[in-house]
Amino acid sequence: MSFEPTLLARVNKPDSHRLVGYRGDGGYATFETALRDKKPVEVVNQVKDSGLRGRGGAGFPCGLKWTFLPKDHPGPIYLCINADESEPCTYNNRILMEKDPHQVLEGIMLACYAIKCERAYFYIRYEYGTAYRVLQAAIDECYANGLLGKNIQGTGFNLDVYLHRGAGAYICGEETGLIESLEGKRAWPRIKPPFPAIEGAFRKPTIVNNVETLCCVTQIMRRGNDWFKSMGVPPDPKNPRDAGSYGPKLYTIAGHVNEPKCVELPMGVSMRELVEKHGGGVWKGRKAKAVNPGGISMGFVDVNAKIKDSNLTEYDIPLDFNGPGRVGCLGLGTAAVTVVDDQTSMIDVLHNVCQFFAHESCGQCTPCREGTGWMLKITDRMRKGQGRREDLDILIDVADRMGIIPGTTICGLSDGAGWPVKTLIRKFRSEFEEAIKSGRRSVVKSLPLVGIH
Amino acid sequence: MAFLSDDIRERIQAYIPRYPSKQAVTLPALHIVHDELRCVPNEAIREIADLLDLAPAEVHDTMSFYQFFREPEHTLGQTRLWVCRTLACALRGADDLLEHCSKKLGVPVGGTTSDGKITLEFAECIGACEGAPAVLVNDEHVMNVTHERADALIGELKSR
Ligand SMILES: Cc1cc2nc3c(=O)[nH]c(=O)nc-3n(C[C@H](O)[C@H](O)[C@H](O)COP(=O)(O)O)c2cc1C
Ligand code: SF4
Ligand code: FES
Repeated sequence: MSFEPTLLARVNKPDSHRLVGYRGDGGYATFETALRDKKPVEVVNQVKDSGLRGRGGAGFPCGLKWTFLPKDHPGPIYLCINADESEPCTYNNRILMEKDPHQVLEGIMLACYAIKCERAYFYIRYEYGTAYRVLQAAIDECYANGLLGKNIQGTGFNLDVYLHRGAGAYICGEETGLIESLEGKRAWPRIKPPFPAIEGAFRKPTIVNNVETLCCVTQIMRRGNDWFKSMGVPPDPKNPRDAGSYGPKLYTIAGHVNEPKCVELPMGVSMRELVEKHGGGVWKGRKAKAVNPGGISMGFVDVNAKIKDSNLTEYDIPLDFNGPGRVGCLGLGTAAVTVVDDQTSMIDVLHNVCQFFAHESCGQCTPCREGTGWMLKITDRMRKGQGRREDLDILIDVADRMGIIPGTTICGLSDGAGWPVKTLIRKFRSEFEEAIKSGRRSVVKSLPLVGIH
Repeated sequence: MAFLSDDIRERIQAYIPRYPSKQAVTLPALHIVHDELRCVPNEAIREIADLLDLAPAEVHDTMSFYQFFREPEHTLGQTRLWVCRTLACALRGADDLLEHCSKKLGVPVGGTTSDGKITLEFAECIGACEGAPAVLVNDEHVMNVTHERADALIGELKSR
């Protein structure tokens, strides 16, 4: 059965980024109907009942988060749209914004109507210059056509949407880092609670949602909850806390595949199918060795590792909110799938990952700042053939101790820094041990990098 | 005489009504100045602070966090060329590409060519992983950058 994409349905149309094109495909009719005929609480309830979970990485139920806002709050409520999209190997938000900006804007309008927000801040990473300009043009079209501004279509509803550009820092994707950055400060994540829904941007109740989440809101309000729930994986009956994994999902495929691309599929496709079928298989006729299921923060799977009591390997796990956790990964994350082929040194992979987190730690918490720095130093040494026998245990020890899960840091960046390290070492230990024993150097480029980074 | 031009000051002030606090204009203001002057001098920090009712130290504190904004000792060239070095690109030759660009331009990573045309940088994942190895020309992606494509791109940027 072939699957018809919804979120990506418009991306290859010639006028996909313009209001006429969007209108021509029935766009904004849902928002206009909601504005006229629905109460805000009805929109909240529908999104809540749809089972939509946030696509930004944490998977928190979207409508439920909206209900955490204080009731009958007199002052302003803000929506922050999280388009920082900096998790390595993740690029679906970019495509949604560049190719179909009105889809996410309609989601923003619906969300703002639902939560009674009159001002939305769209925080977009600096590197997305094209998306920034496309969105600004789309927002201008909306103002010119009475979809944004004061007293929209005579209903008394006001809404302004402002784009706000980041400045090249991964931590601005963490929701309270984003808020601090928006306020003009260092992007230092806040200690929670209070959560943003109680006290967020400019100390007011604030909802932070990802771009893909808001695109799902558009489609849920347009097509209904039966449509949304016809796809994906229902809650695990044995786990009362599981909220299920409904709806379509954008998967981004990268690394050693023949056709790296973004595909939309019902939530729950297996990693094997995603890579072999949709990614065109592993490049150069090679085989996969490790795959990262959801952005590097989630850790890695060993495609050859058998799952206990079955014929399946870790490669066969479904990419829904629960799948990656069953094979030792942190979660689904951003559903960005990166493939590493069997000719690649896992030390190089480990080093690359450590380099990222050492560069991106915001430096507030000692375990994260020092831990990411030391993990990079140790892996750098291993790459130069100077690894020591105790290094692997030290790395796992450091990785296990930093994060909000062990309770030693303010935000989840450090959990994400630890997870790839411990999953790589646990799953590929013999390769690491052998490399350390033989003193083999892996490829080392030591370019002098100017100190300002 | 103000250090910042009237045009820059007006563009900064135009952001103020968008936010409930003037401090929120810090990043937009830094971007406006940095885009135009290719660095943020101390005089600019002082005047941004003035426009936003902040202490210069507050503006500098925010600015220095991002490692994105350059001080006058490291003024940017006309084009900023970022080569992504994160996993998807690294798996497809980013390290070689960065080294190639560095040699071709005759500058270390972070440096600017002597004609002031190009500043070479490394970047962490720029969100163009389907086109790895990818680079960013100021704020626009170029994907699937072979060494030949890099040479052509550099030639084009030099002639801009
Ligand atoms: C280090 C870190 C980086 C994050 N980066 C992003 C990001 O780039 N985009 C995003 O939407 N969420 C990101 N998140 C998750 C956000 O904190 C937040 O959960 C999300 O934006 C909520 O939106 P959603 O409920 O619609 O998913 C990040 C979290 C952490 C800990
Ligand atoms: S865990 Fe790391 S990134 Fe997060 S607040 Fe602490 S130091 Fe910053
Ligand atoms: S890893 Fe280079 S663009 Fe994502």
